[in-house]
Amino acid sequence: MDLIAILGSVSIFTAGFCLCVGASAAGLAEGYAVSSGLTSLAQQPDEAGSISRTMFISLAIIETSGIYCFVVAMILLFANPFWQYAISAATK
Amino acid sequence: MLELYDEQIAFYLPYFNIPINWTIASTWIVMVFLMLVSWLATRHLKTGDKVSHWQTGMEVLVKGIYGQINEMTKGNPMTYLPFVGTLFIFILTCNLFTLIPEFKSPTASLSTTAALALMVLLGIPFFGIKNAGLKKYLKKYLEPSPAMLPFNILSELTSTGAMAVRLFGNVLSGVIIGSICLMLVPFILPLPMQVLGLFTGMIQAYIFAMLALMYISSVHEEDENVAVPTEIQSPDDEKENV
Repeated sequence: MDLIAILGSVSIFTAGFCLCVGASAAGLAEGYAVSSGLTSLAQQPDEAGSISRTMFISLAIIETSGIYCFVVAMILLFANPFWQYAISAATK
Repeated sequence: MLELYDEQIAFYLPYFNIPINWTIASTWIVMVFLMLVSWLATRHLKTGDKVSHWQTGMEVLVKGIYGQINEMTKGNPMTYLPFVGTLFIFILTCNLFTLIPEFKSPTASLSTTAALALMVLLGIPFFGIKNAGLKKYLKKYLEPSPAMLPFNILSELTSTGAMAVRLFGNVLSGVIIGSICLMLVPFILPLPMQVLGLFTGMIQAYIFAMLALMYISSVHEEDENVAVPTEIQSPDDEKENV
């Protein structure tokens, strides 16, 4: 296998793996957050506004780690900084 | 599939021959739209029973943002309303415009969201010094102990940087899922994804504005027992009260 094939397969595998771990971990964490948010919402319906606002903000902060994984996967797939090097090494 | 709007030239500026990329061009489109709507809405402002639909809509929007800010912060919400409200309305319009075919939403480009987050980063010292004074603002970085100074500065930078990446990633993922669905099943399936994109766009605009509000209002004076007006006061009312 030459350099381009290795680089391409490693990039695709890493992007998929990154999205897999990122999505499942962020989904699990958000599930916990929503579950405890809904529990407290059922216990104290009067505080619905405050609880749901805090819940949404914490969801967004948790989601950031998943979004980071997504951005890294997109960079690996579509804007890989090492492609230029591999192509120049291959044409040499 | 992944379109980099920063690298696509929309047109060249006449006479100067400066290339304008799609991020800037679509930001200008959104700006013109927002200015047009606000000009239409605030043309005939009046008080009384009969007001125009435009004015009612604007009042609902502004009072909604005012109420949210009032619940989250101490002190007068009018301090933050112009900044946070502008962020919210701009991001909301950008996100909802992703529905228009061929419109290249400015928030799907990292440069726009980084610029917005940079404004928040500059807003933290601005509003902090305005609310609590320079000494108290600088003292915030030395708490709980001076050894935490680098970490406090780092957390300021990373939290605003995360805001930029979060907004960018969410809008970009909506765009990419839409284009993947168009490739695979172009008939019905993209529709629910677009609806989900609308929902995510609204939530993200709300989240961005609320996080910006949390960061810029983090430094304030300790004894905030100032009476907060529950209604928005126009400048004329304040003069009458004085």
